[in-house]
Amino acid sequence: MKAKIIITPKKAVLDPQGKTVQSALAHMGYTEVGDVHVGKYIEIELTGADKSNAQKQINDACHKFLSNPVIEDYRFEIE
Amino acid sequence: MNFAVLQFPASNCDQDAVHVLRNVFGHSARFVWHKESSLGDADAVIIPGGFSYGDYLRTGAIARFSPVMKAVQNFAANGGLVLGICNGFQILCEAGLLPGALIRNRSLQFRCEHVFIATEAAESPFTNQIPQGKLLRVPIAHGEGCYFADELTLAQLNANGQVLWRYVNDKGERTESSNPNGSLENIAGICNLARNVAGLMPHPERACEPILGSTDGRLIFESLLSTGHVNGQTQPQRHSQAVPSHT
Repeated sequence: MKAKIIITPKKAVLDPQGKTVQSALAHMGYTEVGDVHVGKYIEIELTGADKSNAQKQINDACHKFLSNPVIEDYRFEIE
Repeated sequence: MNFAVLQFPASNCDQDAVHVLRNVFGHSARFVWHKESSLGDADAVIIPGGFSYGDYLRTGAIARFSPVMKAVQNFAANGGLVLGICNGFQILCEAGLLPGALIRNRSLQFRCEHVFIATEAAESPFTNQIPQGKLLRVPIAHGEGCYFADELTLAQLNANGQVLWRYVNDKGERTESSNPNGSLENIAGICNLARNVAGLMPHPERACEPILGSTDGRLIFESLLSTGHVNGQTQPQRHSQAVPSHT
């Protein structure tokens, strides 16, 4: 199995990277571009076979370590 | 006093901190490698600046799980003095020993310059020797020093006098242009509710000798030392009033 994790800055947190990318897109002529948020994508190979256990562990790891709940949100899929 | 100065892979201000504590103030300071599980007989802990673990994942995120940080958690819980400088501040926030987080500078630039900070709360082990109204001119060197906390946390920090330092201009005014990283409310450093753990982005250890252009950082260490003295901790082994010449 594999965990695919997406981490994004919380809405209330300043995201200067997102703002800069947004304005670059506008300068390039992409006129229909709104807010941009730059986050992280993490893939983790899982060696176990129990999907619900994997879900629990990945959720725990995301909360404790892979994301910082003060500034980031996360979501993940296990495939 | 006995200081423990932590060393993580890619800490790079550890030598500066030990130099200042030993050679400028004449106190005892030893390096503590991040894999150690004990702080020994330390009276205070300094978590120095740098780029621990290459700033991978988030600044301070990996360092905070080092074995030594468990000892720091216990030390802090028992009232021990802990000061985090720059990356040390980031590690303390990641560890939950200080509230909030430090994120990418609003300008996206790495800022390396001298700034002014005003001391907001003199009643702390980190500020008690700073004269009222005295602005400290201290260097910063960071890319991720923008202090962020949610509204409730920010309100609590203000209500409890936990904001120790704010970025100001040379007249002591809190302005947007004097805020080098976009920190909320120009916050440069804070302490915990119990006031024994503090962190700041500027580097006081780089502002303790005239040859470095400012000696204002001394006031922060002098505050710590005076607190240690009040707590009945060990006296300086050698008292060097004069700042040693640079070698």
